[in-house]
Amino acid sequence: MAKQRIIEIWVGIFVAAGFAALFGLAMQVSNIPVFQTTQGYDVHLRFDNVGGLRVRAPVTMAGVRIGRVKSIELDPARYDAVVTITIEERFDRIPEDTSAAIYTSGLLGEQYIALDPGGTDWFLEPGDEIALTQSALVLERLIGRFLTSMGESDD
Amino acid sequence: MLRLFGLLGEKTLNSLGRLGRGTQFLLRALVGVPALVLRPGLVVQQLYAIGVLSLLIIVVSGTFVGMVLALQGYNTLVNFGAEQSLGVLVALSLLRELGPVVTALLFAGRAGSALTAEIGLMKTTEQLSGMEMMAVDPIKRVIAPRLLAGFLSMPLLAAIFSFLGIMGAYVVSAFALGVDEGSFWSQMQAAVDFREDVLNGVIKSLVFGFVASWIAVYEGCDATPTSEGVSRATTRTVVHTSLAVLGLDFVLTAVMFG
Repeated sequence: MAKQRIIEIWVGIFVAAGFAALFGLAMQVSNIPVFQTTQGYDVHLRFDNVGGLRVRAPVTMAGVRIGRVKSIELDPARYDAVVTITIEERFDRIPEDTSAAIYTSGLLGEQYIALDPGGTDWFLEPGDEIALTQSALVLERLIGRFLTSMGESDD
Repeated sequence: MLRLFGLLGEKTLNSLGRLGRGTQFLLRALVGVPALVLRPGLVVQQLYAIGVLSLLIIVVSGTFVGMVLALQGYNTLVNFGAEQSLGVLVALSLLRELGPVVTALLFAGRAGSALTAEIGLMKTTEQLSGMEMMAVDPIKRVIAPRLLAGFLSMPLLAAIFSFLGIMGAYVVSAFALGVDEGSFWSQMQAAVDFREDVLNGVIKSLVFGFVASWIAVYEGCDATPTSEGVSRATTRTVVHTSLAVLGLDFVLTAVMFG
């Protein structure tokens, strides 16, 4: 009977270690969406071109993350991209004339949205739209423009 | 020429027959699983034999695989000045692939072969027929608890493997390679998604656990009741499990991350 008891204890330790490892992976290694669904309000941005922006990409202001991209959709009427971002609740005093741009972190890193605060006393409300936006830089397009301008200056 | 076709047909029919018998056998064993709620002691015993006794090899290999990954990854990444991404590299390769797959391969060698040999010997020494004589269903008494224990052990073992691998990589990169430990963790947390990476790895190891224990118990019951038959069955378990795990891994990866 004592042997049976030891076996049970070992199995208990094994199961506990397994779940502890899983828990550790969840907490320490990954960012759990369960706890990290950003609580906040949604704001819409219109871009001519979102480049390689992805859902869940960070939204920053002054380099600090204040929210995440919630969805990216095409407006079928105006042929531009509507990006919905969720800004955390505690950042509720963002001026209405804030501008947004899509940048790349590092040379080959992921793309994120940077907000530049404006100056009005009116603040963004849930569902508002930020009008001042700067699209992502598409490298091929940039090179193409550079080459055509080179060709023109030669003439 | 005709003989060649005959041989091919015979082989095909044989393997189809084995697959069919295996499935029938699996269904009968699965029917016995719910009844185990009444006899949890049987499952605990098998969890000990399958899970706890495999812990040592899982712990050691997990830690070392993680440490080697860190060393090798560092050599390449440092050329691009991207050694901070070492955490991402190690975590993603362990969680998505190496954790479930290597655990399943080790499981086949450590626990699967033992299961087959045990059941095969029970059959050879006619313990299984003895049970039937005493009106004890050997499938319910012997097979079902082993199947369930294997199925439950694998994801836990894989989680321990991945976790210790990442810890091993952390120790090597922070103390031996001089990677900044803050960015090691933060880049990892930014890149690893719980549902996409951790949960998919767990799903993989559940599938592998199911297949590995199914093959192990079936080969045991299917063994020719001689000492040679048992040894052949044990070999087949390890080979078939490894092949099945690698093949399924490709399919699962294509479905999950394709």
